[in-house]
Amino acid sequence: METKMNGLRVIAVAAAALWLSGCAQPKTLYQWGSYQPEVYEYFKGESKEAQVAKLEEDLQKIRSTNGNPPPGYHAQLGMLYGSLGKDDQMVQEFRTEKTLFPESATYMDFLMRNVKTGVASK
Amino acid sequence: MNRIFLKLAAGLFAATLLGGCVAPKTVDYSAFKESKPRSILVMPPVNESPDVKATYSLLSQVTFPLAEAGYYVVPVALVDETFKQNGLTNANDIQETSPAKLREIFGADAAMYVKVTQYGTTYMVISSQTVVTATAKLVDLRSGTTLWTGTATASSDEGGNNSGGGLIGMLITAAVKQIINSSTDAGHPIAGITSQRLLSAGQPAGLLYGPRSPRYGTD
Repeated sequence: METKMNGLRVIAVAAAALWLSGCAQPKTLYQWGSYQPEVYEYFKGESKEAQVAKLEEDLQKIRSTNGNPPPGYHAQLGMLYGSLGKDDQMVQEFRTEKTLFPESATYMDFLMRNVKTGVASK
Repeated sequence: MNRIFLKLAAGLFAATLLGGCVAPKTVDYSAFKESKPRSILVMPPVNESPDVKATYSLLSQVTFPLAEAGYYVVPVALVDETFKQNGLTNANDIQETSPAKLREIFGADAAMYVKVTQYGTTYMVISSQTVVTATAKLVDLRSGTTLWTGTATASSDEGGNNSGGGLIGMLITAAVKQIINSSTDAGHPIAGITSQRLLSAGQPAGLLYGPRSPRYGTD
């Protein structure tokens, strides 16, 4: 994991230098934690229990700084809970996604209608 | 957190480079501005590279630039599962789904169709490099209109030319890079840079900012 990041490190240092030298960017809209790496873990078929643990841990950190999790964070957790047979927690996470991002309402409603046959039954 | 910073830094680097060196292309944004999409459904990328990891490597990293640009991004892993539940496992087949059906299920205003044309490491004696190249097309799901197209590439060779020791030095550098590039998934961090170059707002010929960005409407 560390070695393959070395090539990027050069880029990162150069970018940091440029960044400090003037093109100030505002902070990110969201606190990402390990959302994208954990989505990749999901695609690779790695342990869902481990993904839930990591996402929940990062969510605590995000909350402790009054940050905002990105679009999809709660929905991803919901799907993981559903696949572990924890339907109550799944529905709760889907509802949170919908509250934070009303744009997700159509899809979250679709998923909750399909609790028995949809994405979560796998 | 370190990885996130690296990605962010790399993205900023890309934006700075693009901002500085490339003459702005003239892009017609009129359909995009009229459409005002709030949410984007990213379709699982079609993979034209020989590496089967390309589709999910890129798909897992598209949310960051699009969400930070101000769009709601339909959760990518759930979308992929929903297609699978409906018997669609091939990205080519998935991309054939009608805009009306996509809108009905996912409720998104627009869909991003991504194609990976290069993903992986080319091995040579002096130099081996990992390259990821992708193209994207944003389509309004209400009208079927194409709103924007883009292409981007990233390489492990960028900024790595620090060999000053003649041929021996070059060979050593090449050997070291070979090791880095031959790690099981050297394309993945490069794909992250490609994704940011392809899908970040606020760059020449790039996507416009979305409604959740404080910069919405300024471009």
